[in-house]
Amino acid sequence: MSTCEDLLGTIGEHGAGIRTLDAGDRHLLEVTTQTLPKLAVDLTSRLRYEFATLVVDPGPDCSHTIHYFFYCPADATLVELVTGIKAGVSPPAISDQVHAADWYEREAEDMYGIHFAGHPFLGDFVLHDTEWPENVAPMRVDFDPGMRVQEPGLGERWHPRRLLSEEGALIFPVGPIWSDYAEAGLWLLETPGEQIRQAHSRLFYKYRGVEKIAEGQSPQRALLLAERFSGNSAFAHALAYCQALEKLAGSQIPARAEGLRVVFAELERIRYHAATIAELAGSTALLVGKSMGQEIEEDLLRLSGAVAGHRYLFGLVVPGGLAWEPQEKALRELEQGVAAAGARLGELEQLLVHSSSFLDRIEEMGTLTPELAASYGVVGPIARASGRALDLRRALPYGGYAGAECTVPCETEGDGYARLRVFFAEVRASVALIRATLAKLPEGPSSVPCEPQSGTALAWSEAPAGGAFHWVRLGADARIARWHIGTPGFRNWHAFHRAVEGVAFQDFPIILASFGLTVAENDL
Amino acid sequence: MANWVLRSLARGIRTTRWPRAEETSLGVTPGRPRAATGMSAEAAERCPTAALMPVEHGVAVGFERCVHCQRCRHGATAMPWSGDFEWTGGGPRESVDLPARFRRSLHVRYVDAGACGGCMGEVRLIDAPPYNLHRFGIFITASPRDADVLLVGGPVTEAMRTPVRKAYAAMPDPKRVVAMGVCAINGGVFGASFASAGGVGEVIPVDYVIPGCPPPPLAIIHALLAVTGRAATQVTAEQP
Ligand code: SF4
Ligand code: SF4
Repeated sequence: MSTCEDLLGTIGEHGAGIRTLDAGDRHLLEVTTQTLPKLAVDLTSRLRYEFATLVVDPGPDCSHTIHYFFYCPADATLVELVTGIKAGVSPPAISDQVHAADWYEREAEDMYGIHFAGHPFLGDFVLHDTEWPENVAPMRVDFDPGMRVQEPGLGERWHPRRLLSEEGALIFPVGPIWSDYAEAGLWLLETPGEQIRQAHSRLFYKYRGVEKIAEGQSPQRALLLAERFSGNSAFAHALAYCQALEKLAGSQIPARAEGLRVVFAELERIRYHAATIAELAGSTALLVGKSMGQEIEEDLLRLSGAVAGHRYLFGLVVPGGLAWEPQEKALRELEQGVAAAGARLGELEQLLVHSSSFLDRIEEMGTLTPELAASYGVVGPIARASGRALDLRRALPYGGYAGAECTVPCETEGDGYARLRVFFAEVRASVALIRATLAKLPEGPSSVPCEPQSGTALAWSEAPAGGAFHWVRLGADARIARWHIGTPGFRNWHAFHRAVEGVAFQDFPIILASFGLTVAENDL
Repeated sequence: MANWVLRSLARGIRTTRWPRAEETSLGVTPGRPRAATGMSAEAAERCPTAALMPVEHGVAVGFERCVHCQRCRHGATAMPWSGDFEWTGGGPRESVDLPARFRRSLHVRYVDAGACGGCMGEVRLIDAPPYNLHRFGIFITASPRDADVLLVGGPVTEAMRTPVRKAYAAMPDPKRVVAMGVCAINGGVFGASFASAGGVGEVIPVDYVIPGCPPPPLAIIHALLAVTGRAATQVTAEQP
């Protein structure tokens, strides 16, 4: 029986609580709040759906519509559950059973003041209690994004939760300003001495209110934000965002543009992974390895700059295709440059995997077991190093990836070494994919007109750190009414602290580097 | 077992010869739009941040507002574009040159105040082999107490206002502040909002600015050389 029939069967069981609506690319089910948790659990446990993202859409008078998205990697189906809640009503939490939704519910509580019944840890999350008064809900329609909330810093005093009670136990804070070039974030490491027993990531020091400030902007203006909230994954996020606009407009993207988009998305992935590998080598004080990685990263940045005009590919992808057509000669250089970078990364890999002093630092270190990875619903290379062969390029093929040969490497140990192997394997797969795509790149235009159309759409891409979902609602005035960005960073940081439990202090930066995450991608 | 020492020796010197020789390798910089006479106002209209302004005889460039979106770079109304990167400008605070003893020994603390992976990626490369910041006697330090320069990226988010202020206060005199990237100069695409201060200058005094989104590594190094008086600042607003 296919998943789809299973799904229909399950819907039948729940009977009156569900109304099936007509929607092109997905199963759209309107559910009552009572039915919601049971159905969510059925989807994720029995039918092996993955939780994709949770989107709150504010309505008039503080009512809200909540959209829950799930997808099934086995047959590429997408399910959307929609439920409406009136002002002041607490919808039931699903995160007590679908743990991957935990942070989404916390975020919605902070942003909209929606209190999910049964959620154990609401409060102090995106808006730190020390900075923001308790009643602020910035994503509400009536909140003015231009105004600074008065009397900041007058919120409650905030203290990390202490779990260790033994004598001499302390909480060691790392951040928000720390190390040489670290991103802002606070990691609280709880320890009786040498070993980290518990860790707590306190993020959102970099919260820039991207989704709020985008409201009312033209789609062209908001595209700048899509590229810049997480600039080293600019292409992937801009691509997902543009695909949402293209779905609304019903644009048919020319095959050449789709192919070129694959090429640049994979170029970004290789560069991102090269940077991660360099950081990881550096975190173990292997400076020659770090230098080699950084040189490759720099060469890929220069290659991007030479071919696309911008080292981080800003400005290249637009709704309807690409902003301009790269020249044939440039594309040939790109192919050569990518192949050369791939070869040098292969060489670096050989050196690294034959350095026992390096492997000692990452083997059986920072392990995220497959069970934990599944429970937290981690995505991207982190998931693929912990036995979850999940990749939106294959699970929900989009654009030029439909029909493309896309290898998804997978390891099961979940330690730093498994993650390193996945990064290298993905580089190889991306190099192959770029070459195959360029070899059969069709002729034709590289863009079509794409006029903004009002409506809502969800689109996605596999960013270097994992799957990203962009949900866009364009108003009748063709401006952004609501934009929700579900990032791989948000997914993976949720689980990060579990990988440092039980390790020694000096391993913390190494495990951090082996995750290859950016805080900017989380702290929208 | 890999022999990293031999590897390292065999690789030789990989660092750019700039500033002794020009650096013109493709892709070291995104370059920038230049003011132009005879351009129609239409060219300026494509700019989403008003970095391009129609003036009487053409189009002026306020490079401090440019977010490197490249929208003015292609098509019939393309602006002239130069491939340089020595574009550090003076900041709002008029500061005298640092004493000569800093010329060959400068310590810099980088602070992320909401920067994205663009600025983070570029700043991490300034002391990598292709650029090798250390050859100038400029060092990155982990503590603001040892820092002569605070290099700040990002629009300064609400939660980073206090840490930025504290870091600045902890620095010994004389001290300088460099705002790195358009976000740090004026908020960039994030602007000033309930969540962002809209630039470092809203929180602590700024001596130098590095336009760009992001500024490439050589532009950052150029700024640090300007702090020590070893490079000249530029006027970032250009009239045709
Ligand atoms: S590249 Fe700079 S000047 Fe040109 S349109 Fe974009 S922001 Fe304006
Ligand atoms: S200036 Fe540009 S690259 Fe730098 S942090 Fe801001 S958006 Fe990112």
